[in-house]
Amino acid sequence: MITNLSAVTQASDPRTTIEISGLNFFYGAFQGLKNINLKIHEKKVTAFIGPSGCGKSTLLRTLNRMYDLYPGQRAEGEIIYGGRNILEPGLDVNMLRARVGMVFQKPTPFPMSVYDNIAFGVRLYENLSKGEMDERVEWALNKAALWTEVKDKLHKSGLSLSGGQQQRLCIARGVAVKPEVLLLDEPTSALDPISTAKIEELISELKPDYTIAIVTHNMQQAARCSDYTAYMYLGELVEFGETDQIFMNPARRETQDYITGRFG
Amino acid sequence: MPLEHSSKQYDLDLEQIRSKVLLMGGLVESQFHDALECFRTSNAERAEKVMQADEQVNRLEVTLDDACSHLIVRRQPAANDLRTVMATIKVITDLERIGDEATKIARAARSMQERGVSAINHYETVRVIADSAGALLHDALDSFARLDAKQAMALIAQDAAVDHEFRSIMRNLITFMMEDPRTISTALDTLWVAKAVERIGDHAKNIAEYVIYVVEGRDIRHTDHAGSGADRTKD
Repeated sequence: MITNLSAVTQASDPRTTIEISGLNFFYGAFQGLKNINLKIHEKKVTAFIGPSGCGKSTLLRTLNRMYDLYPGQRAEGEIIYGGRNILEPGLDVNMLRARVGMVFQKPTPFPMSVYDNIAFGVRLYENLSKGEMDERVEWALNKAALWTEVKDKLHKSGLSLSGGQQQRLCIARGVAVKPEVLLLDEPTSALDPISTAKIEELISELKPDYTIAIVTHNMQQAARCSDYTAYMYLGELVEFGETDQIFMNPARRETQDYITGRFG
Repeated sequence: MPLEHSSKQYDLDLEQIRSKVLLMGGLVESQFHDALECFRTSNAERAEKVMQADEQVNRLEVTLDDACSHLIVRRQPAANDLRTVMATIKVITDLERIGDEATKIARAARSMQERGVSAINHYETVRVIADSAGALLHDALDSFARLDAKQAMALIAQDAAVDHEFRSIMRNLITFMMEDPRTISTALDTLWVAKAVERIGDHAKNIAEYVIYVVEGRDIRHTDHAGSGADRTKD
C-alpha cells in the first residue's frame, strides 16, 4: 500500500488557475482518487501520466464535472476555480463546461457539417449574427490549424474528415466557445504520427491563451508538450513537478521506474 | 538493485553497452601501464604495441557511440537511463583520449630510446605522478562500474594532487635544463610524458564527475564542488 506519496516540487510559482485540495473520488464503493492536492498553472500545459487505472482520466473528468453524467460517481474535497469550489451542488455545470472545455480520446464530431460542428456550441452560449458566427468559425478553425484544410468543405459532414482532422475539429469546437481551460484526454492515442505532431504543435500554439491539462499514455508526448507533469499511481498523486525535472531526475523512485519502463 | 525493464531487450542493450565501456576502460588502463613500462625500460618494441592497441580503443569508441545512438532512437531513455547513456557517450570520449595520451607516452619512450641517451633518471621523475594518476584512473573506472558516487566524489579531490605534482615536476625539469643544456631534449620528453600523465588524471576526474551525474542527477562540472556532500546518493 502506498502512503504519503505526494512529493510536490515547485520551483517557480506561476499563477494558479485551478487549485485541487483534498480531492477524493468514488465510483460507487471504489475510491478512484485519494487525497489529491495539486495546482494547475495558468497558461501552462500540465500532463498527467501513469499506468491504466491510476486515476489520471478520472482526475481530468472532475475538472469539468464530467462525472455528473454518471449516477453513483461522486467527488469530495475542493477544486477551486474562478474563486469557488466547482464541486458544490449549486454550480451551473453547463457554464463550467463552457469555461473548461474537453477533448476526448476518440474524435467525436457531431453528425453535422464542419461549420455546424463549431457553431453548435457557440449558439448555446452566445447570440451571434451570421457574419459574427462566420468569423468565429474561421477563428476557431484557424486556432486548431484546420482552416486551410477545410475552408472549401465547411458544409460537408464533419465525419467525412480524416481522423486527425476530426480531432482538430473537436479541438476547434472546444476553442470556439472561448474557454479558459482545455482538458485533453489522450487526444492523439487514435491518431497517426503526422496528425499527432499537428495536435502537439497546436497545443504549443494554444498555450499562450489557454490553461491546458492533458492525459497521455505517451510519455514522450508528455515530455515534449508539457510544462508540468503529474505522475499518478493507484489513485494517488505520486509526484508533481516541472516536466524537465520529472523526466531527467525525478525525486521519487516510483516515478523513475515508471518513466524508464521498469514497471512490473 | 534497480528493477529490470519491462523490455528484456532494453536491459540487454544497456548491459552490452556497459560491458563494452568496461572493456574499453580495461584496455586503456593496460595501455597506460604498458606505456609507462616502456618509458621506464626504453623498450621501443613495446611502444609499438601500445600504439597498435590504440586502434582497438578507437574502434570501440566508434562502436559504442553507435550503440548509444541506436539505444536513444529505439528506447527514448529517460531519467537514470538517459543519464547513463549521456554519461557513457562522454566517458568513452575521455577513455579514447586517455588512449591517445598513453600513445604519446609510448612515442616519447621510443624517441628517447632512439636517441640512446639518458642524462637524468627520467622514470623516477614521473613515478609519483604516474602512480597517482594510475590509481585515479583505476578507481574512476571502478566507481563507474559500481556507480559509487561517494567514491567518485573522493576521486575528484585526488586529481588536484596530480596537478600539483605536475607543476612540481615542471619546476624540477626546468632546473635541470638550466643547469645542463645537454639534458634539454630528454627533459622535454620527460615533461611531455608528465603532461600526458597529468591529462590522464584529468580524464579520470571527468569520469568520476559523470558517475555523480548518473547516480545523483547533479552536473558538477565547472562548479566549486569542494565540500559539497557526497552523501546525497539516491538508492
